[in-house]
Amino acid sequence: MNVSYAWLKAFVDFDLEPRELRDVLTQRVVTVDDVVPLRADLAPIIVAKVVECAPHPDSDRLSVTRVDAGTGELLDVVCGAPNVKAGRSYPFAPVGTTMPNGMTIERRKIRGTVSAGMLCSARELGLGDEHQGILELDVDASPGTPFLQAVPVGDTRLVLDVNPNRPDLLSHLGVARELAAALGKGTRWLPRTGARDFLGELTREQETMTRQLLDELPTALAGERLDASAIAEAVTSVVGKEGEGAVSLIEAVRTMPDRPRHRGAAEGETGGVRVVLEDAQGSPRYCGVVIRGVKVGPSPRWLADRITAVGGRPINNVVDATNYMLHGFGQPMHAFDVQKLAGPAVLVRRARAGERLVTLDGVERALTPAMTVIADAERAQALAGIMGGRDSEVTEHSADIFLEVANFDPRLTRSTRRALGMSTDASYRFERGVDVEWTPFWLTHAVALITQVAGGAAAEDVDLYPEPRATTPLRLRVARIARVLGAPIAAQEAIALLRSIGFIVEWVPGTEMLHGDQELMVVPPSWRVDITQEVDLIEEVARLHGFDAFSSELRPFRVGTVPDAPIELLASRIRATLANTGLFEVRPMPFVSGEEGHVRVRNPLAENEAFLRRSIIESLTKRAEYNLAHMQGDVRLFEIGNVFAPSSGRLPHEEVRVGALIMGARRPPHFTEPKPPPFDEWDAKGLAELIAETAFPRRDVELVSGEGGALWGVHVDGRSVGAVARVALDAPVWAAAAFGVEMTLEGVSSADVAPPGRASPREVAGPRGPAPVAPFRALPVTPAAEFDLALLVPNDMPVAQVEAVLRRHAGELLERLALFDEFRGGGLPAGMRSVAWRLTFRHAERTLRDKEVTGRREKLLRALEEELGVRQRTT
Amino acid sequence: MTLNDLLDAARSLERDGRELIARAARADELAAARTALVGRKSGRLTELMKSVPGLPADARREAGAAVNRAKETIEAALSAREAELRSSGPAALQLDLTMPARRVWRGAVHPVTIVIDEIRDIFRELGFTIAVGPEAETEWYNFGALNFPADHPAMDMHDTLYLTDTTLLRTHTSPVQIRTLQAYPPPIRVLVPGNVYRRDFFDPSHAPMFSQIEGLSVDDGVGFVDLKATLVHFANRFFGKRPTRFRPSYFPFTEPSAELDVQCGVCRGSGCPTCKQTGWVEILGSGMVHPAVFEACGVDSERYTGWAFGMGPARVALSRWGIPDIRLLYDSDVRFLEQLAQ
Repeated sequence: MNVSYAWLKAFVDFDLEPRELRDVLTQRVVTVDDVVPLRADLAPIIVAKVVECAPHPDSDRLSVTRVDAGTGELLDVVCGAPNVKAGRSYPFAPVGTTMPNGMTIERRKIRGTVSAGMLCSARELGLGDEHQGILELDVDASPGTPFLQAVPVGDTRLVLDVNPNRPDLLSHLGVARELAAALGKGTRWLPRTGARDFLGELTREQETMTRQLLDELPTALAGERLDASAIAEAVTSVVGKEGEGAVSLIEAVRTMPDRPRHRGAAEGETGGVRVVLEDAQGSPRYCGVVIRGVKVGPSPRWLADRITAVGGRPINNVVDATNYMLHGFGQPMHAFDVQKLAGPAVLVRRARAGERLVTLDGVERALTPAMTVIADAERAQALAGIMGGRDSEVTEHSADIFLEVANFDPRLTRSTRRALGMSTDASYRFERGVDVEWTPFWLTHAVALITQVAGGAAAEDVDLYPEPRATTPLRLRVARIARVLGAPIAAQEAIALLRSIGFIVEWVPGTEMLHGDQELMVVPPSWRVDITQEVDLIEEVARLHGFDAFSSELRPFRVGTVPDAPIELLASRIRATLANTGLFEVRPMPFVSGEEGHVRVRNPLAENEAFLRRSIIESLTKRAEYNLAHMQGDVRLFEIGNVFAPSSGRLPHEEVRVGALIMGARRPPHFTEPKPPPFDEWDAKGLAELIAETAFPRRDVELVSGEGGALWGVHVDGRSVGAVARVALDAPVWAAAAFGVEMTLEGVSSADVAPPGRASPREVAGPRGPAPVAPFRALPVTPAAEFDLALLVPNDMPVAQVEAVLRRHAGELLERLALFDEFRGGGLPAGMRSVAWRLTFRHAERTLRDKEVTGRREKLLRALEEELGVRQRTT
Repeated sequence: MTLNDLLDAARSLERDGRELIARAARADELAAARTALVGRKSGRLTELMKSVPGLPADARREAGAAVNRAKETIEAALSAREAELRSSGPAALQLDLTMPARRVWRGAVHPVTIVIDEIRDIFRELGFTIAVGPEAETEWYNFGALNFPADHPAMDMHDTLYLTDTTLLRTHTSPVQIRTLQAYPPPIRVLVPGNVYRRDFFDPSHAPMFSQIEGLSVDDGVGFVDLKATLVHFANRFFGKRPTRFRPSYFPFTEPSAELDVQCGVCRGSGCPTCKQTGWVEILGSGMVHPAVFEACGVDSERYTGWAFGMGPARVALSRWGIPDIRLLYDSDVRFLEQLAQ
């Protein structure tokens, strides 16, 4: 939402610079994303002082001046203006400046004298038509000061980030209301409350006031200040009614009378055009008026400037006036050319199946009965609340217009504009909620504006409002404010704060003196569609009180009942281990290209990433390939993340897994080892054991060879948790082999904890003691005895089988069995390899005798021979 | 061999021996010299001694004396050099100590993890525990229970990746608030880190998946002042003591809602491109838990109040390391990861 600083000033009297305004709005009302000076084209212009001035030797008209532009040296500047004088300051365009008309200032000779820039007239700066002389500056600014800083010319645009719950801030009026409250001022032209919401007899007063205001509107819009006192008086007379007590207030709401004219009706007539509101769901209130005899043409300067200031493009006086109403007061409007309306009639109805409409943007739209349209007697002429139709557009040939000032349903507007893939300033406001009570007020206002800028005469308007909005006062407990905020706010302050932004606040009778049980009755103004419950009011009180006014002293707290999620602690441990092992943690996207058996995203960002990964390695593979493409062959990555598999339930089966991928040099190159060997299977196996031992401490970890086509399956307590595998990569020839390890750490429960609206509290477990550990074993005090066994093992016999025999027969004194060598080739029988183990024996209490050791050795050799046919290597 | 030959040989042995010993720069070289000169099996002195008995008897005395002299000279030189090497330290080993060390590969956790861990550590001091939940969620947990109005512009802030009509990839970590509130009675103080998804195309500041961390505190008597105090304390611990401010904001699941800014660390408040000239940098969104959220979880909203906040660790990482493009965090380029690990 763009707000013009100057336009805002037309509503509220304030002395803030744009940046100060930004800070006030940001902290109290709405975040200001950006502050844009609109005459940025004048940024290169600086203030310069003419130090000397002499007639040009070769010209009667020209002067040669010496100019101080703050550069430290005086510049020679030739000037043709009659009013140039030494000692005065002027806007100066240095060499290189691009002027608003597109001309670039160059260093050039004028009648033999070099000129280093140009002293500018108002017209040259685009600041008016004055071109008889250069613009004399009546400011103290020192030479070199940017012109825009010294002279307040040009508007400033504030870009507001309006939250979806605050459509009332989508207009200058809305921002002005809040700003006025923040500064303790009133807004011009308008009563500060939607008092008519509850006090029916005010309708007439309001209209009187409106007429008064509108009489003076043209003057105000032309830039002259409006005398606000008369209005202020009228406003007070309205607002003054608030004091009569809650009972009368509630009574007033209940008995709110109809608006004298068409209120309650669904059909009417204006200036010979029949208006029928058939779809009151799509349009709760529909007002319109025929204005005959307008002269469509360019807008006056002030109006065009307003439209430009908020980023719009002036089109013609009628369209600009409707846009002015939208940006100024938040009420979207649309003007139809009456000549183009068959009937002439205006019908608010649902589109017919198959009906089509070419909208203003020239696009032909296919409509459905879910969409509300504005039709003439024959066909759709506009998309309600979104965009007009091309065929009934107001053009320079139009003379009679039908001005629509209506309210459209937020949801229907939203669903229609989404279905058609479009968004406009109007739909943006309607889908958030436009004030339904002020519709005819803005119509009157708009009529005044249009007849002023385009002429014409308005017929009597039509106001179709079949089911007026019901207003229910909200209850606000003063004690509840303190409870939610944690700090008491006095009732009187809450009342004042809410009233400052147009809320009607009264005591609930009899509670005023009940300390601790004070209650207020509050009617939000009709433009605050977001205020529907007590907590909404508490937010307003807190916001207006000022968030920064609250204490920031930490208070005691109770320890929570929720235990730490074990997976998080585990993940931290694994991350630390793998990082220390030389791997890098990564956080890649979990999207993969499609394959059978993957969960599909229904509305993916890209078709080649439309599925969710089933394994971490799928992501790491792509990341490794990315690195190879960047000539990085040493890749050591890991991730702890979620994977998804299709399930028969509502949600995918989700697991938290750890995955790692290693390839390339096992160690960094060193001058003692310029080409370290690449990672191989044994590194991958070691990594898997490390991860498993970290992830499953004190559990039985086993790597099962060749399981499921992998190198190893990883089993914990006999249950498969993952695998180690070679990873096939799309890799260049120089790349080393890649190995992947992946293990499931935890299944993720996606089941509902409890049905909506219900809790299912778990038993809160008390604090847990330390995890069990393996007890200490005494350090040995006796020497160990060792021997090596080099055995001829058939190539196809797993060493695990040999080790099993060794362990079985070694007896309980075997302390350690370590495979330390494998040799294949030269001198060995075909199909055999030599594998060597070192066996370490120890008796806890005494030194082993040589005989005991040799006895064991012989026993083992016998057993190997008998059970496996394995013998000692002899050569 | 004549006596003269032998005497010559003894002299040259003495001379060569001294030279060889002097040249020995390291203990192993000295040991090799010792073996070559006086080694029992094939040292030159041993060879020389073997030829003494072959000389005529009258020459043996003189020859023996010469050999003994050579032996003493060499032994003395050996022990002198040995002492020298020992005393003069590693320089004598002639290692170029400026040569590079032998290292192992160095890895690192991800920058986003570093940020999450720091946030976690601060909130742990304040009694928060860690809670997690699934990334694939139902619409009810992600939106309905969090008071998102159906088909409302508030949904535009959460462009969602759907799996089916009613299931989706969570757009924030807030579903874990609901799961926690349903599963545990107050008091609740939890911190929820996790990945969330938005239907945002990759660009320098957006990714379709990113991490979020949020906190929830619920108890009898918790108010906005507790939200403010805790988050200001956090901001001071995390960013250093800098001015903070709260701005009005809107989230369907909190009310009042506020965003927290800290003073821009680059310009210290005077305005710069980093803070878009405002002097402030937004760090988190927060608010009091909306009563509708409590009701959705079967928690008595009259009795219990609470506050919540959420922030994006990736954004913190970008600004802390001056990373210009969020994609660098997800590309997994080892050059990037290595550089940040330094």
